[in-house]
Amino acid sequence: MNSDMKINKISDWVWEIPKTEKEGMLVPARIFASDTLLESMDKGVFEQITNVACLPGIQKYALCMPDGHWGYGFPIGGVAAFDTEEGIISPGGIGFDINCGMRLITTDLKVDEVRPRLQSLINELYRAVPAGVGAKGDIKVSVSQLKDIMKRGAEWCIENGYGWPQDRERIEEGGHIPGADSSKVSEKAISRGINQLGTLGSGNHYLEIQLVTIENIFDEKIAKVMGIREKDQIVIMVHCGSRGFGHQVATDYLRVFDKAMKKYGMTVRDRELACAPFKSPEGSDYYKAMLCAANSAFANRQIITHRIRESFSKVFNTDARKLGIEIVYDVAHNIARVERYKIDGREKEVLVHRKGSTRSFGPGRRELPEIYRDVGQPVIVGGSMQTGSYLLVGTQKAMEETFGSTMHGAGRTMSRSAAKKKVRGDQLMKTMAKDGILVKAVSMSGLAEEAGIAYKDISEVVETMDVLGISKKVVKLKPIGNIKG
Amino acid sequence: MEEFIFLDDIATADVAIESRGDTLEELFSASARATFDVMVDAGDVQPEVKKTLRLENSEIDGLLFDWLAEIIYLKDLEDMVFCKFDIKIKKDVNYHLDAEIFGEEIDQSRHELRCDVKAITFHLFEVYEKDGKWISRFILDI
Repeated sequence: MNSDMKINKISDWVWEIPKTEKEGMLVPARIFASDTLLESMDKGVFEQITNVACLPGIQKYALCMPDGHWGYGFPIGGVAAFDTEEGIISPGGIGFDINCGMRLITTDLKVDEVRPRLQSLINELYRAVPAGVGAKGDIKVSVSQLKDIMKRGAEWCIENGYGWPQDRERIEEGGHIPGADSSKVSEKAISRGINQLGTLGSGNHYLEIQLVTIENIFDEKIAKVMGIREKDQIVIMVHCGSRGFGHQVATDYLRVFDKAMKKYGMTVRDRELACAPFKSPEGSDYYKAMLCAANSAFANRQIITHRIRESFSKVFNTDARKLGIEIVYDVAHNIARVERYKIDGREKEVLVHRKGSTRSFGPGRRELPEIYRDVGQPVIVGGSMQTGSYLLVGTQKAMEETFGSTMHGAGRTMSRSAAKKKVRGDQLMKTMAKDGILVKAVSMSGLAEEAGIAYKDISEVVETMDVLGISKKVVKLKPIGNIKG
Repeated sequence: MEEFIFLDDIATADVAIESRGDTLEELFSASARATFDVMVDAGDVQPEVKKTLRLENSEIDGLLFDWLAEIIYLKDLEDMVFCKFDIKIKKDVNYHLDAEIFGEEIDQSRHELRCDVKAITFHLFEVYEKDGKWISRFILDI
């Protein structure tokens, strides 16, 4: 920990920076972390989360999840809810990769069936899901089709043969959030993203084949509801977002907000936190454009799912339906959504910004599909490619304490260049092969940047929110094959 | 002389850069080269195809932001990486930039590709002149 700020211990795992620590803070900042995780957080986290606490209309606390690290604007792992009447919306609280998110997919295959064909499977998936700098998708859509995708997201894909009817209820918001308006999106954003549907991207994005081991099933009953039925079962995890389309929407509106700040007489402590009142023309336009990008990200992950089904079907020479390739759930972790919470005894509508944070909705919440309404929302937390990932379940406690939010991943502790100084991509690939993980990557240096040593211990991150009752462990998943940009 | 360095201890998951030049043109060229150095080994990239662009902004930091945003956009639009930047910047009421940029289409089998850049951010963004040098610091979203 590298901060001069006063950080009070509220309880084990919960820390608070009081309003008095920075001029302009409207609410305290709360950080969820073990002693070790708090100690490892860089100074940017404390600066950034207290900057967020200064934004107009913020409710209760500026929150930082245990995977928190230094980002731009909000810290990664930052969550804040703003009054929809008095509060703001900020692209810096969502990120450039709008609706970057996770999707988990089951199979009926066991590890013994997959291991002998793992290399062919990795090769086939690498071919079918383009990744890395300069990757283009093989689905060609017209501008009017892309506009349709902005509105209807995964629904468009299912109607056009890139999905199954039951996929709809296994994606957050049904894979299309109402309110998207393509007239609020620039021609630049359209031209930048039109060729990238069905591509993975680069950086920490990946497609991973994972294994369920018996000792890693923490809640057998909920695991079953989510389609994890037995030990040695193979599942697939996808981490990616809205690609160049979303990046351009965010860039366009960052400039709009940078100028609008003067108009509304607003100042922020970090220019990247440029914001506008949610109900202003600029705020409303950005929200509608942001939803276009969010829906296109759902579509992107849906097309990738289709390619996964095709690839498995080809390698195993069996219809994908017979292989049980079903979506568990799809969650966004860079987004802002209008939601309702009880605040100071009254139910209130707020705009919840989650930047590197996943919804963790508890049982009964109306936003959840019927299949999960009794148990709670599946929360998909992606770890580093060497250490594994988690499937968790949302709780009522999250609704009370964190605006229904939890962590999104392990969280980096090491910069990209520091990681590359410690690890070489080709050596890492060999080490991982020895550990039973096959990797195929477009970029060797990009691979080195994503080495396990660059990340926090995911189990400790997950444990923090499990002990606090914010999101409960269901299954830990072990990687056996990974595709990267 | 134009140059750039990567700053290690800022913005853990992204890339922070400090670029320098004796002139504004050198500063803008160094910043562009740094941005593409994140994505590709520029030694592999041939200046085969030329693109031109023209930008205007009332502030010099706004102009640098627009410049970097534009070349990141062109990377995706044209599916190209760029290695050479001929830039002219004039000032009247506003700053005006005219540039010819050179590069080639991305070929994953031939180029040594690194990490894609999503965007230029405003976090800790600054442009200033000190001791006859133009200096900027900026963070790219990865």
